[in-house]
Formats: sequence, C-alpha cells, structure tokens
Amino acid sequence: MDILIVLMVLMIVGAIIAVETTNLLSSIVCVGAVGFLLSIAFLFLGAPDIAITQLVVEILCLIILIRATISRDLTAVSGDREFFGLTVTLATVLAVAAAGILCMADFPAFGQSVMDRITDPPAASSRYLAAGLEKTGAANIVTSVLLDFRAYDTLGEATVLFCSILGALAVLRRKARRRESEETEGDE
Amino acid sequence: MSELPANEGMSLIVQTVTRWLKAFILLFGVYIVIYGHLTPGGGFAGGVIVACSFILLTLAYGQRRGLKAVSRGVAGEMDSVGALIFLAVALAGMIAGGAFFANFIETGEAARFTLPSAGLIPLSNIGIGLKVGMSLFLVFTVLSAMHVAVSGSRRRMISRGEDDR
Repeated sequence: MDILIVLMVLMIVGAIIAVETTNLLSSIVCVGAVGFLLSIAFLFLGAPDIAITQLVVEILCLIILIRATISRDLTAVSGDREFFGLTVTLATVLAVAAAGILCMADFPAFGQSVMDRITDPPAASSRYLAAGLEKTGAANIVTSVLLDFRAYDTLGEATVLFCSILGALAVLRRKARRRESEETEGDE
Repeated sequence: MSELPANEGMSLIVQTVTRWLKAFILLFGVYIVIYGHLTPGGGFAGGVIVACSFILLTLAYGQRRGLKAVSRGVAGEMDSVGALIFLAVALAGMIAGGAFFANFIETGEAARFTLPSAGLIPLSNIGIGLKVGMSLFLVFTVLSAMHVAVSGSRRRMISRGEDDR
C-alpha cells in the first residue's frame, strides 16, 4: 500500500517532467519511466498479466518513439505558452478531478476487486471467477476470460490491429514512394 | 536503402550482445505465448516479445539483416495466418460446439495445469501471438523505412548542393 503511494508520486513527478522539459528525447525517457513504474504498480496490485503486457508494450513504444524522434532536427520546443490553452487545460483537469472524486465515493476500497461487488442478481463476472477453471480448464483466469468467455472482444481487438497494419502498409508502401522519387528525379 | 551503407546497424558491442541474446528473447516470447493459459502472459504479450526480438535484430544490424530474418512478405503472410487461425478457432466452435468461440474440446480434470489443457485456448493464443508479433514488426519496419527514405532524400539534396558548388 505504502509502496503504491511512492510509485504514484514518482509517476506524477515523471509525467510533470515529461510535459515541462524542452528536450524531446528526455521527455520520451520520462514517459517510459512512467510506464515502467505503472507496470510495477500493476505487479504490486496482483495483476502480473497486465504488468507483463504493459512492460513489453512500453519497451516497444519507447523504441519506436526514440527511433522516430532521434536524429530529427526538431528536438527542442520553444515559444511562450498560450493563455487560452492553459486556461482550458486547467479547467478540464479540475472538472475531471471533481468528477473522479465524486465517482470514488461509490468505488470499493483501494485494491479491492470490483467484480464481486454486485451480488443481487450475481454479476456475470463473479461466475467467471467461480467457474473459470472448471468450464475452460485454463489455470490462468485472465486468459480464460480473454479467450473463452470474452473471446468475441479479443477478435475485435485483433481486427483493429489487422486494419491498422493494412492502413499503414497501404499508405507507406514502396510503390508510392518510388513514383514520388521518380517525379523528383524528373524535376531535376 | 542501399545507398546508406554507413548508416547500417549499431556498434560492435550492441551487435555482439544481440547475437547472444536474440534467440533467448525469441524463445521467451514463444514460451509466453504457448504457456499463456497456465502462467501470466498470453498471445498479446508474447507476440510483442517476439516482435521485440526481430526489432532488436533490425536495430543492431540494420534493416537488411532484419528483413533477411523475416522478409516483409513473409511477415505479412504470417500476420494473416495468425488472424485466420483465430477465425478458424471461432468458426470451429460454431460448427462443432454450436456457438461462436464455443470451447468444444474437453480435456478433463487429469490434464488440468498441464500444457495440453484448456481446449482451444492455446490454439487461439498461438494465432494471436503470430498476428501481434508479425504485425508489430511490420509496423516497425514500415515506419523505419519511411524514416530512411526521408533522411536519404535529405542527404541527396545536401550532396546535390555540394555538387552545384
């Protein structure tokens, strides 16, 4: 519990540094630090599945972001802050924080599971917890929910990934780039 | 891409460490995928680790070496095969079990906590792992190819300016 508070304070500090620093590379490093602290927090909350996923996705995003920003000449941001944008941001943050505090009143205590709160009638999720092993035979309850009870959601998620890679390949394919370079050769 | 030989890969230290580690990272990713129904992890996390092993190869040795391991066409085909495996699992459940994604293979209590348990779940995990790993590697190669194309054209412009002088 105490270590979670320490982790969260560190995460907030990292996020503020990531926003406030003028160097793009150190900002990315700070975002990565926030992600790693988040995965440690998941580990302490007893969710190793999410911790592993968060860790590897964080590594991948860090590699892609660094690859995209490094050796570009735009690594420093300068200029004054807009008053209007700052006001809107502050107002939004305050509104979201107020709504979050209102919602917190209905939440179970920190670290307690939400799944078995609804008892009358029993929620579907409590049945997943009770009968997951017998019904699916999978020892890992997270996998049994993801790939058996809620497999349709996972199919949609895989479709999203499939469509995104299709779009990326269509936009950035070699043929289009070659035609563009031929046009520039013709201009010379 | 072939006009940038000096830009290929990283230092000797990184290349040597990569040569030692790449197989273990790949093996760990495959382990996470195959044991997804028993231990923490699963298709998505294991697939990302598999993609990371190929991305490490690409970063350390340059794009040509990375694409020699898995070419862009092969990666695209594996990506589609993963999606098809997952869909086939869903349709097999519909045909044999009566509902979309019905888990119709009964392995019984004796097989519980061992690798061949949980019916169709390991198969779906393998499909998702293939799909996620290959598509993330594809995203990375496509993005870095764009990066190389941009910097290459910039370099050409610079060299042209020097020729004019």
